Amino acid sequence: MGMTEKQLKSSNKPDKEMPLVQYENVTKKFGDVEVLKGLDLEIKQGEKVALIGPSGSGKTTIIRMLMTLEKPSGGVISLNGEPLWHKKIGDKLVPADEKHLRKLRSDIGMVFQHFNLFPHMTILRNVTEAPIHVLGLSKEEANERAVDMLNKVGLGDKLDAYPEQLSGGQKQRVAIARAVVMHPKVMLFDEVTSALDPELVGEVLQVIRDLAKETDMAMILVTHEMDFARDIADRVVFLHNGQIEEEGHPEDIFETPESERLQGFLSRFLNT
Amino acid sequence: MEAYINILPRLLPGAVITVQVLLASAALAFVVAFVAGLGRVSKYSIVRKITAVYVELFRGTSLLVQLFWIYFALPAFGIQFSPFLAGVVALGLNYGAYASEVVRGAILAVPSGQTEASIALNMSNWQRMRLIILPQAFRIMLPGFGNISIELLKGTSLVSLITLTDLTYKGLIIQNTNLSYTMPVFVMLLVVYFIIALPLIILAKKLEKNASRGVAKA
Ligand SMILES: Nc1ncnc2c1ncn2[C@@H]1O[C@H](COP(=O)(O)OP(=O)(O)OP(=O)(O)O)[C@@H](O)[C@H]1O
Ligand SMILES: [Mg+2]
Repeated sequence: MGMTEKQLKSSNKPDKEMPLVQYENVTKKFGDVEVLKGLDLEIKQGEKVALIGPSGSGKTTIIRMLMTLEKPSGGVISLNGEPLWHKKIGDKLVPADEKHLRKLRSDIGMVFQHFNLFPHMTILRNVTEAPIHVLGLSKEEANERAVDMLNKVGLGDKLDAYPEQLSGGQKQRVAIARAVVMHPKVMLFDEVTSALDPELVGEVLQVIRDLAKETDMAMILVTHEMDFARDIADRVVFLHNGQIEEEGHPEDIFETPESERLQGFLSRFLNT
Repeated sequence: MEAYINILPRLLPGAVITVQVLLASAALAFVVAFVAGLGRVSKYSIVRKITAVYVELFRGTSLLVQLFWIYFALPAFGIQFSPFLAGVVALGLNYGAYASEVVRGAILAVPSGQTEASIALNMSNWQRMRLIILPQAFRIMLPGFGNISIELLKGTSLVSLITLTDLTYKGLIIQNTNLSYTMPVFVMLLVVYFIIALPLIILAKKLEKNASRGVAKA
């Protein structure tokens, strides 16, 4: 009996170690231009991965495909072992329908470079709208969750303000709260500080740092803030021309970069 | 001066009809505009095509001919409208077609970042439209609606040609029966039409001022 239990457990083991997100030979073309050339990338449960690389290397495209904002041209992206853009019918993969996308999307959240807050709603409603309508929470539950989160990002006193009344840094903190209250398993950040005035960058990065420490959400962070990437990431992935040029522990990536391109990329950053 | 004062009470019943036609056809045009406007941005190409045909048909042919069709030609197919209903249907469909372009343009004018944020929050297509896109698009539409309603008011004078006793009809009757009233009648027609239009003009101006509030910037 004990044997079978053990066997059962061990047969479950691969599941436990199954990556949360998996890109397998993923390609993306815009017209004739191939911007991703067979990407293989895995993100584990709770893992924080920083994507760095020069402009146009495909960082945004990678996370937009996971958020289902952009359709891959080839390959498979899986979430919890289930293909995101495809549905399994028998052994065949067929293109996913809206229902399938919505089901898988519930584990993914995203924060955008330009916040994309809803300008016709108060801050509180920006954060409660999706929990109420998408998750089906009651207004009270949603309010509680939202106020809690807005307090955490330091905006508990702005509940009734409108987005246009906030600074860029405040807006981005609202956007982070709005995404977090949906309790995704993986959160995507696309250069979330690059539209901000320099003096506002710190407050937003701090919120993300705290979040990374406190939650077991996986994070994929596209960033040009190297100190931040080094600080927060379990792994850094350096992209060049739609391919992973080098990846590894932040220490290794920043201290002893191997490829010439990464060396060049980092030296440009240190010099500016 | 006496003529002017004599005319006014005789025009008023016509003005009431004109306002009734205006309100009823504006309501119909409003509904039609949303149905057709949403149809134009549907994800189903068949829906887009059907609504595009409707819009182009009604924008591309004359309102007068449409009015005659609905009043004089449809009875041949067994569809009989009263003059009032025929006028309202023709005006509603015609101006609804124009207004649907306003709806469509406004929906497309809401920046794509709003759509992307809604998708990232896992809203359904209809939730995104209802909660995020339309409330913002609505503010963009309002000045256009204001302007179209002024056009619609002017268009209502055509219903006099299908025997509806509107303001224009009344004026022409008075002028026909007393030719010395020609000048006063046409002056008073202008004045009364303008008085009816005035609230619409003021409203449209006001809406124009507020149109960009609460709408995301691209
Ligand atoms: N919608 C699109 N249509 C056409 N080309 C696109 C589109 N989106 C991205 N691209 C191209 O794909 C390539 C990768 O773009 P992507 O935005 O992923 O790069 P990135 O690494 O995020 O760059 P950046 O650091 O400037 O944000 C670029 O060459 C870009 O011009
Ligand atoms: Mg980018």
